[in-house]
Order: sequence, then structure tokens, then C-alpha cells
Amino acid sequence: MSGLTNEEENAKLVQQARSAPAAGAKTSSTIISSSPYHGLWALTNRELKKWYKNPVILLLSLIQPVLWLGLFGKAMNFGAIFTEGGLNIPGLNIPKEVINQLGGMLMLNIFGTYDYFSFLAVGMLSFIIIFTAMFSGMSIVWDRRLGTLNKVMSTPVARGSIVMSKVISSVMRSLVQAAIVLVLAILLGMDTSHMSLLGVIGTFASLALLSFGFSAVFLMLALRSTNQNTQMAVVNLLNLPLLFGSNALFPANLMPEWLQAFVRVNPISYATDIGRQLLLGAGGMSSLAFDFAYLGAFAAVFSIVGILLSWRLLTK
Amino acid sequence: MQIRDLKRVFNGSVVAVGGVTFDVYEGEIFGFLGPNGAGKTTTISMLTTLLRPTSGTATVCGFDILKEPNEVRKRIGVVPQEYTADEDLTGYENIMFCADLYGIPRRISRERADELLKLVELESAKDRKVETYSGGMRRRLELACGLINHPRVLFLDEPTLGLDVQTRAAVWEYIRRLKEEYGMTLFLTTHYLEEADSLCDRIAIIDHGKIVRIGSPRDLKDSLGGDVIELGVQGAEDDLAQLISSVQHVKEVKRVAPSEYRIKSELGEVTAPMIIDALRSKGYRVSKISLTRPTLDQVYLELTGRSIREENGDRTQAMRQRMIMRRARM
Repeated sequence: MSGLTNEEENAKLVQQARSAPAAGAKTSSTIISSSPYHGLWALTNRELKKWYKNPVILLLSLIQPVLWLGLFGKAMNFGAIFTEGGLNIPGLNIPKEVINQLGGMLMLNIFGTYDYFSFLAVGMLSFIIIFTAMFSGMSIVWDRRLGTLNKVMSTPVARGSIVMSKVISSVMRSLVQAAIVLVLAILLGMDTSHMSLLGVIGTFASLALLSFGFSAVFLMLALRSTNQNTQMAVVNLLNLPLLFGSNALFPANLMPEWLQAFVRVNPISYATDIGRQLLLGAGGMSSLAFDFAYLGAFAAVFSIVGILLSWRLLTK
Repeated sequence: MQIRDLKRVFNGSVVAVGGVTFDVYEGEIFGFLGPNGAGKTTTISMLTTLLRPTSGTATVCGFDILKEPNEVRKRIGVVPQEYTADEDLTGYENIMFCADLYGIPRRISRERADELLKLVELESAKDRKVETYSGGMRRRLELACGLINHPRVLFLDEPTLGLDVQTRAAVWEYIRRLKEEYGMTLFLTTHYLEEADSLCDRIAIIDHGKIVRIGSPRDLKDSLGGDVIELGVQGAEDDLAQLISSVQHVKEVKRVAPSEYRIKSELGEVTAPMIIDALRSKGYRVSKISLTRPTLDQVYLELTGRSIREENGDRTQAMRQRMIMRRARM
């Protein structure tokens, strides 16, 4: 008889053991927070972790702007053209001091600073921002191809967070890269006589806005894409026109009219303009307030459009 | 889970799922079988709120997938076909990432992660990068990630695809154990019919976007006309067909040779001894007997006109492609 009750008891225990976790599971589902932002940091953190745990990628991404700086910036020695080396007209005996002074004024008038290297260094800050932003779209293509995107989408994470996390991580990445480029530029001889802490902060604020806008743009282009080759083609197509169609490499006011019109809508120009005013004390293309307003609007509009599109496009 | 006339058309003309209606009951293991392109993954994608149905709807855990997708998402777990874990991160980091996506507080998620990693026997490997994991370990990690929110329904899309026999068996063992532990509903697609047969409570066979048959593996096999018993009777001068067909469950008796009979019957394993007893009681001796049960393979072949084996080549190829892609990423 006791055997029978033992068995009964065992059966009961088994039943309890089986139903208990189920009940636990039910109650635990109430713990789930309903905040729409809970996944945003998790997703951003994931991107950043993958980045800083792989320093090779960081180093590789720095090589290009540094090469530009070192080779292009140092080779295009415009300063030398306008001094005694370049301005040596036989028969005319112009004193050296006059030539050097003339040349200095020319440089200052055209580039806003005495050497082209410093001029280009600020442009390179924008360059690395654009470069990183362009590839932010690639990661969403990979996530789609590898199924990670679907996995994330089957969780209650807000669709907008998926896009915003990539934008934010791209902004953070590119600002770190820009900081490294700035330090390297200073080491290579960039003019620091006009630099101040506030100026550097202001410059990075403008770069952040630029990165926000462009990361959002390139992510939007990639939202529906399943092919990284298309994305690569788009990046290659836009890369040079965006860079050369701005004041990053050459002052806009010496460009032909039609190109100037493009430079004036290109957000890169405004970030570079802020950088030159704040870091080099150069005269600007437009006022700082207008530059910031333009960049702010650019970042806000495309971030919002990006979030709206992600609602529509991520769920097919 | 109730699915009502769910339909999905791609590009306005390609009908991937052409209106399916079925129910999945709480706590059961529901298998979804069908040839490639039959609409399995499309159906799962709609039920897990990744794809919007063209028409029709479904409720999962009592919530409409169209009206309250977020409520559905909170209550489901998904183990996708692909290995989605980040290779650059450790197993533990991956599972915590999944927890964060559900907004589970750290205090609880740490506990759960440890518990789940223990369950899938990955605790010793949890601090290693996923790129060092074997296929089976990755699959187990995906399982653990899919369970981090303690889902009421777990969707498994080809959970054993590309794994060797032992690992497959192990993965199924984990799935069984997880189900015991958490008492949830499982919705899975698989390519291995033996697995579906031994694991699933009910199976739906889908082809060309339509459900062609639904029922327990037993029902499906019985729908082919049941088991076949071949019988040799010593000294059977008379036709014994009459006698044999009077036995319970026997559906059809054919005399294929003077002393040999071919019997179709439901519940063959029960019927065979009953036939032997019936013959013995009349003084006949059974000289030989064999029992052939229809396999799910036969059901599948009959319903879809294709053998599931024919497609394995495609599948392995697709898998290989995926592997190459993953390598290309690095």
C-alpha cells in the first residue's frame, strides 16, 4: 500500500515539476519591459564591440586618410609655388621678402591659412566621416544576408532602433577615427596657432552632425538591399563626386559656377567650413550659425526619414 | 495558435503561400514538412511577424500578428535556419545581446543565460569566441538565444540542417528537454522525415503553398491504407480470407499465393497477433509473418509527388554557399 502512495506521490511530483517551469515562464513574460528604446543600446553596443575588438579594421580605415594627408597634403605644396621657389621671374628683380609676403597673402586669401597641409587636414576630417558613413550601410546588408536582421526583427525591438543603432555606432566610430586623424595631422605639422578646446569641440559637433546625416542616408539606401555589390557600387559612385564637389580639397570660390552650386548644397562643405573657421581661424564660406543650422537640418531630416522608411521597408 | 487563410503573394504574381488554415495547439510539437519552395519559410516568416501576409491573418498566443505584432514578438522565440550569432563575440556575449533585445533586466538575464548555457552544455565554452565553435555548438547557442525570453511558442526553422547524425540526435535531445523544462509549443520545419515522425505530435504537409494533409504521424501513415501484413499459412486448403477479415482493424485481404495472404490493416502491430490467434484457434499454423508499416517518406511521396531525398543535394549546396558567404565576410 505504501508503495502505491509512493508512486502516486512521484507522479504528483513529476506533474508539479512539469507545470512549475511553465507557470514560471508565464509570469516571467510580464517582466519584459515595454520601453521602445531597450534594444537601441544593445544593438549599438554590438556594433561597437565588433569594431573595437577588431583593431585591424580600425587601423586599415585610418590608412587612407593618413595617406591622403601625408602624400597629397605634403606633395601639393602650394605655399612653395607662390614663394621664391615658384615666383622667380628672370629679368625682374623682386626682393625675396616681397615675394614671400605676396605669396603668404595669396595663400591666406585662397586657403585661409598659410599652408595647404593644414587646409587639407580639416578636409580629411570630413573625408573619414564620409568614408565610415558610406560603409555603415554595408553592415545592414550583411545582417540581412546572414539572417541576423530577421532574428533581431522577430524580437520586440523597435524597427527604428535597428536603423538608429547603426547610425549611432557609425557616428561614434567615425568621431574616434576623426580624432586620431586630427592628432596625426598635428604631429605631421598642422598649424595649431588658432586652435582652442572650444574650437575642437565645435568642430567635432559639426562632424557628428555630418556623420549622423550621411550614415542615415547610406543606411536608407541599404535597407532593402540584399546584395553587398550594389552597395559597393553606390559607395564608389558617390565617393569622389561628394569629396571633390566640396571645399574639402580645394577652396570653393575658385571653382566654376556650376560646381560652386553643388558645393553649396553638399553638407561636407559646411562641416569643413566650420572646421576651418574654428581650427584654423580662416574666413568662412558662410557664418558658423548658418553652417550649424544647415548640418543640423541635414542630420535631423535624414534621421527621421530613415526611421520612417525602416518602419515601411524592414517589414516586407 | 490559429492560422486563418494566410496568403502571401510576391511581386504580385508568385503565390508563395496560397491561403492556409490550421491550428496549432498549446504544448504540442508541430512539424511543417514540404519540398523546397512549398512555402514553409514564408509561413514561418509571417507567423514571426517578419513578413506581412497579403491577405488573411493569424493569432499567436492570442495576439493578432497584424494588429499586435509586438505582443506576438514578446512571446515567441525564433531559431532561424542560419547561424546568426556574431562570430567576433563570445557565446555569453551573444546570449546577453539576445536578452537585451527583449529588454530583460540584467539581474534576470544573467541568471537565465547561465541556466540556458548549462542546459545546452555550453557553459565551459561560453567565454570563447563563436568563431571557434563547431556546427553543433553554434546550433545549441542559437537554441539558447531563442529561449532567453522564455517564449510560449518556439519556432525552429530546419534546426538540424547540415549537422551530422550524432549532433542531430543531440540537438533533438536538447529540444525535447527544453520543451519538458519550459512546457512551450514548438513549431518546426525539418527535412528529416524520421525526425518529424518520432518527434512531432502533429504534422502538416505543405506543397505549392497549400496544406495537403494534416494530422499525427500515425494518422498520416494510416491514410495510405495502413500497415501491410504478409502471412504464410501452413495447410491452408480453404480460402481463409473470410476468417482473416473478421479480425478487428483488418481492412483488406488478398490471397497472393495459395498459402500466402496480403493484409492491409490499421494498427498492424496489434492486428498481427490477433490474426495469429484467430488462425490458431481454428487449427491453422502460421508459417511466416511480416509487418511493413508505411513510412512518412511514402506519405510525403504520395502527397507531393516528390521524394524528400531528391532535394538533399540542393540543400547541401545551399548550405555550402552560406558557409562560403560567412567566410567572405571575414
